[in-house]
Amino acid sequence: MTAERSLSAVLNVNDEERAVHLKPTDTLLFVLREKLGLSGAKPGCLNGDCGACTVNIDGLAMKSCLMLAVESLNKKITTIEGLKGTPIQQAFVEHFAFQCGYCTPGFIMNCHAMLNTVPDANDDTIAEWLNSNICRCTGYQEIEGAVRSIVKKNQMNRKRP
Amino acid sequence: MDYIGKSVIRQEAWDKVSGKAKYTADDSSPGILHAKLVVSPYAHARIKSIKTEKASHVFGVRAVLAGERFPLTGEEIRDRPPLATERVRYHGEAVALVVADTPHLAKKAADLIEIEYEPLPVVNNPTEALKKDAPLVHEQLGTYQKEERVYPVPGTNIANQTKIRKGNMEKGWAESEVTVEEYFSFSPSDHAAMETRCSMCEIRSNGDVVITSSSQAPFMIKRLIHEYFEVDIGKVIVETPFVGGGYGGKASIQLELLAYLACKAAGGRKVKLLNSREEDILTSPVHIGLDARVRLGSTEEGEIKAAELLFLFDGGAYSDKAADLSKAAAADCTGPYDIDNVWCNSLCMYTNHPYAAPFRGFSHSELLFAIERTMDSLAEKLGMDRLLLRYKNAIKPGDTTPTQVPLNKSNVGNLPACIRRLKEIIDWDEGVAKDIGNNKIRAKGVSCIWKTSTIESDAGSGVILTFNPDGSINLMSGIIEIGTGTKTVLAQILAERMKMEISQIHVQMEVNTQSTPEHWKTVASRGTFLAGRAVLEAAEDVIRQLKNIASCVLRAKASDLTVAFGKVFLRDDPSIGIDVKDIAYGYTFPNGNAIGGQIIGRGHYNLRHLTHMNKETGAGKPGPEWSVGAQAVEVEFDKRDLTYRIIRAVSVVDIGTVLNEMAAKGQVMGAMSMGLSFGSRETFKFDEFGRVMNSQLRTYRPIRYSEHPDYVVDFVVTPQVDAAYGARGAGEHGILGMPAALGNALSIAAGVKLNELPLTPELIWRVKKKEGFSDAFI
Amino acid sequence: MLSFDFDYYQPKSIEEAVQLYHALDREEKHPLYYSGGTEIITLGRLDLVYTNAVIDIKAIPECEVLGTQEGYFVTGSGLTLTAIEENNGFPLLSKAASGVADHTARNKITVGGNICGQIFYREAVLPFLLTDSKIVAAGMNGVRTEHIMSLFNKTLRLKKGELLVQLQTEKRYLNVPYRCVKKRPQWDTGYPLVTIAAIKAEEGIRVAFSGVSPFPFRSREMEKALNENGRIKERILASLQHLPKPVLDDVEGSSEYRLFVLKNTLFDILRELEEDHR
Repeated sequence: MTAERSLSAVLNVNDEERAVHLKPTDTLLFVLREKLGLSGAKPGCLNGDCGACTVNIDGLAMKSCLMLAVESLNKKITTIEGLKGTPIQQAFVEHFAFQCGYCTPGFIMNCHAMLNTVPDANDDTIAEWLNSNICRCTGYQEIEGAVRSIVKKNQMNRKRP
Repeated sequence: MDYIGKSVIRQEAWDKVSGKAKYTADDSSPGILHAKLVVSPYAHARIKSIKTEKASHVFGVRAVLAGERFPLTGEEIRDRPPLATERVRYHGEAVALVVADTPHLAKKAADLIEIEYEPLPVVNNPTEALKKDAPLVHEQLGTYQKEERVYPVPGTNIANQTKIRKGNMEKGWAESEVTVEEYFSFSPSDHAAMETRCSMCEIRSNGDVVITSSSQAPFMIKRLIHEYFEVDIGKVIVETPFVGGGYGGKASIQLELLAYLACKAAGGRKVKLLNSREEDILTSPVHIGLDARVRLGSTEEGEIKAAELLFLFDGGAYSDKAADLSKAAAADCTGPYDIDNVWCNSLCMYTNHPYAAPFRGFSHSELLFAIERTMDSLAEKLGMDRLLLRYKNAIKPGDTTPTQVPLNKSNVGNLPACIRRLKEIIDWDEGVAKDIGNNKIRAKGVSCIWKTSTIESDAGSGVILTFNPDGSINLMSGIIEIGTGTKTVLAQILAERMKMEISQIHVQMEVNTQSTPEHWKTVASRGTFLAGRAVLEAAEDVIRQLKNIASCVLRAKASDLTVAFGKVFLRDDPSIGIDVKDIAYGYTFPNGNAIGGQIIGRGHYNLRHLTHMNKETGAGKPGPEWSVGAQAVEVEFDKRDLTYRIIRAVSVVDIGTVLNEMAAKGQVMGAMSMGLSFGSRETFKFDEFGRVMNSQLRTYRPIRYSEHPDYVVDFVVTPQVDAAYGARGAGEHGILGMPAALGNALSIAAGVKLNELPLTPELIWRVKKKEGFSDAFI
Repeated sequence: MLSFDFDYYQPKSIEEAVQLYHALDREEKHPLYYSGGTEIITLGRLDLVYTNAVIDIKAIPECEVLGTQEGYFVTGSGLTLTAIEENNGFPLLSKAASGVADHTARNKITVGGNICGQIFYREAVLPFLLTDSKIVAAGMNGVRTEHIMSLFNKTLRLKKGELLVQLQTEKRYLNVPYRCVKKRPQWDTGYPLVTIAAIKAEEGIRVAFSGVSPFPFRSREMEKALNENGRIKERILASLQHLPKPVLDDVEGSSEYRLFVLKNTLFDILRELEEDHR
């Protein structure tokens, strides 16, 4: 049996160029956590079902367990570590929108992508997006409160001349 | 300083929203080896042969474990080999394990282990398990080592039996003018914490066994590694960082044992064993299933005179905590009602299913489904209002529990008040069901709840406080931060007692069994009670020490001093005092003399006056207090296609003093969500061979965002006199009545008795069809 | 975590992709075209897919086309389902796509992957079946265009090494009345018990199904029965005679219950589409 092959690559993560050795079979989640020390994205199922590993790729919410790291070359990767005091993080804190915190990075990255894409998302849009993640601790009502508070702010900002 | 009841933001909040909070699997330091399990594809089979040669030759493989007999394990009965040898008893049971340099290589090698099985007949539910000719899951049951108060029956599949004999059943039935009898059944399901279980182990050159684990019970890991593998208890060090959800599932000790064995086989190098989701669902312990029969007898006025209950718990292939779960169900078997004559047999049955761990509510949402559905049947038969029947029989101070504990104003909450409040919130007087047209019906179902925590009679908790030079305090408690926010609540309790700013209290989040005082287990909604009392005692300890030093400096008697606002001062003249920061590390007089030193406070609290339950009658005091509540679920049901939505779910619980309002509401709401998910959609689907057919989150589907109803949570406050600021536990109560209230609402809406879980449209269709529902679709 | 290794190729043209495939095949690399890749990653983890070479088609311009070209609405096989939903040039396709997996996953899952994958629901194919769309496939002998009904039988019957490049739908079908309803065992998430897509074409109603059998299908016999005269209920019962047997019986639902759901759903769809017509 042979040793594992790997290739050198540079990933753009959180606005930093990061050199990394990776194998074509490595998922982005694996590389972020095991090679780049970015453990904010969480493994929950490795099957694209739970959303705990969600990151943003060129602004799109992406389950990093469903993406090969090689697919993210030349793309802008944003992980939870790349968000610094954003309104949605603040809202999650104030609304008690998490308990154990394990699903939280994934939820926030999904919300972050949504609020950038559809700043005034209506309830149906919020539901469609947030159904991509599982939270086992809260009743989701707290998360709903957090997200709606930002949407509301966005709507008010927009109305102001 | 007024922190009691305030929605103080949890201490670790920003770490959790920025990805900085560390969980067990987040450690990926170089050099860690990775273990991978090989699990059984059969629910019951003889292992004919295991070939590991090919796996051993894979590049990077450091150890392969298979076929070796290790000591039997199990918390109540030692019936479980860490790795199966002669026989597998459930689908997903661990049979072999590979340790390699990377997860990829470990998986590659694990795939090359060849195991030959010979399938055996399976025991596929607890009712089958009880039959005389059922295959035996454990032929050697009589030979196993066990705890003193577990009562297995060798030669059968009974792992434990608990009897409740209260009053006189003959008299009870004689006084009963109306009787009802119902049967219930549901399969095991899963905790589905978002963090799959993970354990790491390293054996240091001095023999220290260092385990890091996503666990609710690090101190139990320490104890059991010592007991099972004869490692000196002081040499076992267990660390637990943040835990990504537990709900009871991480209170069982399972993966840790495998991590230890893997590490030992790999020469003590650090090994990480991370469950895949499939393993977390199949291999690690699960949420218990139940078959039950309930008979209730009452007078025509609705006074319940007799209750006869048979619980057959689906404990799965190994008894572990299931034995205890079945006992806890017996202790509270009647639900929160004052019934003089009670007969209950609660059996923990061995089956060829995954074995059970504790699950939020510790068998109470399960038994309450049976009781509260039967209460609705009784109300119907009596032609009586469903809440009125419950109100009439509600447990109160002066009554006794099934285990004959006398209740008083402190050890039981105020159920009648909860029912009254619930009645208002859900507009009960508008009626239970309303046709809203378009084939739709709105219906309300209710359920009352209660629970005591049948934890070990000597369970305890310790707290250490140390001061920093600026007068701020470090708080060390063995509570695990599994999401309940208990550690923030402990800071609130301390800030309140010390009358200081909460920002000056630093709570150590991670637990290390070598340096953190022991907290029994972070389970059973006992964290705030046990650790809260310990915090108060530790606070008294540091206050005493502060006063002693200050009394030298201020030349006043310690008893004349008060500690508050970061100062120690004369009670009658606050202008004379000294800052805490100036004495927190002792005090140095102007001439250089020094007294005292860093102030270190300690406190502990052990449960008191709990007693074992009598083997023949169940009499005994199994828990410190009974929390109560009343819940409701409102559904909108489609009469034509038999689908429904949950519109609203309401809880009124008496958790005593509410220490942190938003955190408490979050606990109750989260538990309600879990209860509704369990009640409406979560179950293992077993095939006829006892295999679990849905071991992924795309086929085992917890409730998601758009499916949540409106939640209403309200509190009735009956302080528990001996608890810190009167707070009762709050972590579990939201779940307890949800499956039952949902079942009651849907039974009303659909016009049939729905006594199984989960309450899917297909179940409703199946039951309705039996009763002649024609699926004419117009 | 995959237990096998593969090489990753990202060809820029159809020809390059096809040639790569055959070269890798000769080397016994078991090559697979890789579009969204979600099934290769997730089923590979469970040893249900094996390959030593993946050929990512997302850099091939023809696979990324979305829009009208010469009377056809062209859907590139490498497009993600959310890209299709947002474009909404083919509303029925958007609707069918939006039921697959979840929103985030659909940022990765592609229409080609959904149609050619192992997971048997393949709901994205239903709109193409209903609209007699054309399949554009590329192989060693160049690009061919075929009617979907001649190539799709339970699965898309491409030749070994052929690449699904595009789907072409006549523009006249883009705005016909349609319904696409996904019924799940419970609420809004999870696999379907049944998904029914239907359009009201000139000659009558067409229907296609997923979840009823372990493959999606459109049945002309069923359509014929549904378009007869008579009460909806009777037409539905008559059409059910032509269902592929046996009806799926699995963890999502029993076959009998599926039939119950199927009948209700079909009833609603027919009634609504027929009312639309009036």
